[in-house]
Amino acid sequence: MGAQKKGGARVSDDSEEQSRQRLQAILLADSFTTKFRPVTLERPKVLLPLVNVPMIDYTLAWLESAGIEEVFVFCCAHSTQIIDYLETSEWRTHPNLVVRTIESHKSISAGDALRYIYEQQTETSQIQGDFVLVSGDTVSNMPLADLIQEHRERKKKDEKAIMTMVIKKSKPSLITHQSRLGTDQLFIAVDPLTKQLLHYEEDKVEHARGSVCLDKSLMESNPSVLLYNDMQDCYIDICSPEVLSLFEDNFDYQHLRRHFVKGVLVDDIMGYKIFTHEIGSSYAARVDNFRSYDTVSKDIIQRWTYPYVPDINFGGNRPVKLGREGIYRACDVVQSRSADVGASTVVGYGTKIGNGDRILNSVIGSGCIIGSNVVIEGSYIWNNVTIEDGCEIRNAIVCDGVRIRAGAVLEPGVVLSFKVVVGRDFVVPAYSKVSLLQQPMKEDSDEELEYADSSSGAADRLSGLSLEMESKGSELGPDGAGYIWEVCEGAHDEEWKHSVAPIPEDKLAEITQAMDDYDDMEDESVVPTSGELKSDADSINTDVNDPGDDYGYFEKEVEGTFLRAVEEGIKVELGVLEINSLRLSYNMESADCAGAIFYSMMKLAVDTPHSSGSELYKNAASIIAKWKGLLGFYVKQTDEQIEVIMKFEEMCQETAKELGPLFAQILHVLYEKDVVQEDAIMRWAEEKAGADEADKVYLQQCETFIQWLKEASEEEDEDDDEEDD
Amino acid sequence: MPDVQSMVLEFVNKLRKRKIEGSQATARCTVELLRSVISHHRVPHANQASALIDAVKAVGAQLVAANPVELAVGNVVRRVLHIIREEDLSLATAAVAGLDLLDASDDDEDVNGKGIGYPGMSAAVVAAAARSTLRPPSLQTLLEGTPESATVPYTSSSGADSESKTADKSSITRKLKHDVIEGVNQLIHEIAGCHEQIAEQAIEHIHQNEVILTLGSSRTVLEFLCAAKEKKRSFRVFVAEGAPRYQGHLLAKELVARGLQTTVITDSAVFAMISRVNMVIIGAHAVMANGGVIGPVGVNMAALAAKKHAVPFVVLAGSHKLCPLYPHNPEVLLNELRSPSELLDFGEFSDCLDFGTGSGSPLLQVVNPTFDYVPPSLVSLFITDTGGHNPSYMYRLIADYYSADDLVM
Repeated sequence: MGAQKKGGARVSDDSEEQSRQRLQAILLADSFTTKFRPVTLERPKVLLPLVNVPMIDYTLAWLESAGIEEVFVFCCAHSTQIIDYLETSEWRTHPNLVVRTIESHKSISAGDALRYIYEQQTETSQIQGDFVLVSGDTVSNMPLADLIQEHRERKKKDEKAIMTMVIKKSKPSLITHQSRLGTDQLFIAVDPLTKQLLHYEEDKVEHARGSVCLDKSLMESNPSVLLYNDMQDCYIDICSPEVLSLFEDNFDYQHLRRHFVKGVLVDDIMGYKIFTHEIGSSYAARVDNFRSYDTVSKDIIQRWTYPYVPDINFGGNRPVKLGREGIYRACDVVQSRSADVGASTVVGYGTKIGNGDRILNSVIGSGCIIGSNVVIEGSYIWNNVTIEDGCEIRNAIVCDGVRIRAGAVLEPGVVLSFKVVVGRDFVVPAYSKVSLLQQPMKEDSDEELEYADSSSGAADRLSGLSLEMESKGSELGPDGAGYIWEVCEGAHDEEWKHSVAPIPEDKLAEITQAMDDYDDMEDESVVPTSGELKSDADSINTDVNDPGDDYGYFEKEVEGTFLRAVEEGIKVELGVLEINSLRLSYNMESADCAGAIFYSMMKLAVDTPHSSGSELYKNAASIIAKWKGLLGFYVKQTDEQIEVIMKFEEMCQETAKELGPLFAQILHVLYEKDVVQEDAIMRWAEEKAGADEADKVYLQQCETFIQWLKEASEEEDEDDDEEDD
Repeated sequence: MPDVQSMVLEFVNKLRKRKIEGSQATARCTVELLRSVISHHRVPHANQASALIDAVKAVGAQLVAANPVELAVGNVVRRVLHIIREEDLSLATAAVAGLDLLDASDDDEDVNGKGIGYPGMSAAVVAAAARSTLRPPSLQTLLEGTPESATVPYTSSSGADSESKTADKSSITRKLKHDVIEGVNQLIHEIAGCHEQIAEQAIEHIHQNEVILTLGSSRTVLEFLCAAKEKKRSFRVFVAEGAPRYQGHLLAKELVARGLQTTVITDSAVFAMISRVNMVIIGAHAVMANGGVIGPVGVNMAALAAKKHAVPFVVLAGSHKLCPLYPHNPEVLLNELRSPSELLDFGEFSDCLDFGTGSGSPLLQVVNPTFDYVPPSLVSLFITDTGGHNPSYMYRLIADYYSADDLVM
């Protein structure tokens, strides 16, 4: 009876299901960064164990339970390893979730990956509608179905709402301006009513001294703006198909946030919008660096990710038993009676713990053998690691198959990659990264590029390496094996920030000191945590860069745009749009635009081949006639018109002396074409009247013109009182 | 018809992700799944009972492993195994004694299942009766007159025409599966009807103008209280809200909707209010073999308060909640720690959870257990669908529902 009822319900469900779209997700199984090196040279990041379970399992388990039916796993580096893993895991035969893999070796960034998917899409059209875009290192338990529904409804109302971004409240450290996940502090501006994302900025610590740079037009176009500095970007995006085509159109988009989101935000032409969704009680975080590896591991142990915790079998993992004090222990662990296994510790299957060991706040994988009197604190020991007697390991990551010989010490922040051997009584210095693979030579600084390059060659190098190792003495003591990677000079300072180890006291004190000094210097208060800013709050518009320098770049860009417009015969309106976007990105006033455009126009006139002054004048006049619409857009105010005249004057004096003799004539043309109004010329003349003789050259040149203007106005104003001067 | 294996997988998946809440829903799903497992299982000619038992055990092991904390799953699996064993035994008895109980028991079920709806008259009972011919009668069968008297006529009548119908081997093989499925249907019926069975007894326990305290939300308690209300008893209910999930709020809503005088109190106010309370009634998550109770968190405190003030502490439990295991370290091993987000707002406390500064070890720990264990000494009375029982009597009930062979799966 019950079964029949159920059957009946299922039929009606089916018909509903056909009308709705399948829920799909794209999972990027490659981070396209080098933050997990040297570990990721040998194994892809998504297969690294996070509390003894490969990261991708957390992501897939979450997607599955959130109702996603089909996942496209995009594999790039080490793609065969990922595909092999997925083939053998239980995801292959999962009843509710279809896992498909997309393989590409050419992609070197998330942008490339999405472009590749888009290309595939034209052939196979696998992605039918909105999809969830996540990376394979996301740990979350948030529900998605409602959010996708919300996104779809918004999309129905507003064609331009192409993406919903998930954010979560998480206070950054006041000292380091770093989130608990080790990422830089994030500033976002959101419309409080519609939740539309208006500004996105991942500040570097150096710039984060409590100031934030917002575009003034943002304030003009929105009655109120919510500014957050305590949000964490979860890197979970609900995207509409337009996102893929946007990546295709903008072939230079690489990074999802740095390029794509910023690109969409400054792009006025297409007018695409991104919305945010703040999650309340659910958990979401991305393992992006070693610091977040540590943080997310602890969150899992503390059960914030419930039900994706070690004692629940959520996706192919063997659950371990949870005891008092948050100690997770597999049932077949052999533990000496004198060993002290403390709070928040996970011990995997088949691990042996020897006499007098002290283990605290650590994760130990399966099949490890730990000798006597070993101290392990805050560390992550992966599978099949052998630790001999008397070792001390603090805040380190030790990968599969490592052997640490008796008496060795790992100082905080050490990362030992696969199968490294640490020699007897050797002390591995803090923050060092050790691998059997040699550090790749210096590469160009483009971090997205280097990853793919080296990973393809890594396998070949590995085979040749074992021979090399034997002949060469090790850097890890006489009986050790492995290379200590050098830290690049620039990154040395950063090392402590993203390491698994907590930030040492002295560093914190240093930063606090530096901050105090800075505060004394600037006497500037820190921006309070999130609050609503009214549109009159222009005061926060503090520019970090030198404005003059910026103007130079801006002028060049405008000139380039203008020349292109002339060459390609682009319409005035489109030109205005392009220049507007430049203006927004450089944060310029419209007077600056007017100056820059006029400069470009005159430059063009001068650069056009001409034999005599009169020909130059003709050129200039025709250009002004043709493009006065463009210039006119920015010279609506008298101030702006004066700016144009000043610019002109400056040009005549400095860059284009040929124009000098024609100053008055061209000014006349500008007046006739209504680019410059009478008022502006008068005020310019007034201003200049008091200047040095040298500066008056052009004023004198136009004296007749000004005189004529005055007379004309006096004639007009005959009825009115006579004007002085 | 969907593939059985995929149904099992789907259910296992739901259990793992903790998507099924409440022991009654879980029990129902489990028993329905087991029924389709049995009906799809091809039985060999010889030794079919053990083949069925193996099949059920294999599925049961998967289910129990998927969520070891949900004891109802294991209970139901054991109940089904018990049904198979009993049916097998009764068939064997019938064959040996030359009795043909099968037709009789079938007719009996049809009548009872639809007409009277009395749960005691199942194949299992008939089987128990048959067994009683082989074994000495149990304490329960001696005390409870009904099953005995109900079955006695059948045994005699079927004994009369035993010569006419000799047990045919092939009919028996078909019969076993059929009977087992009948028995499982009976079990489904029993689980579905446990609320009504329990609620029927409400009038005997709740008296005029009493004050009843309850904690958390339980469908059984709701039905129980409403049944008393329907019988024109006027009484008041105190509901402890059941932090951190606040299911007491839901219960209060339901109670008010049904017209009961309701007062919501915090969990911590239980001790303060207990002196005005006449009886504490709670719904159990599971009842252990020693009479100990696993209930929503906070129940132990309520039980202690009741003991201190000599207020009766009554536990309502459907028979699928009876677990044949003895608790060992129940606070930890039979508990489930849920997400701390039910207690704290992650965003607000994220600065306390910053492992980048300080010693790197978490200073803030949040423990959010789902269940509480109440030792049997604090329980005054169990009300199950078969009536009221003392905690010390639980082991005996369990012996009637489960086979000793299945205790360890």
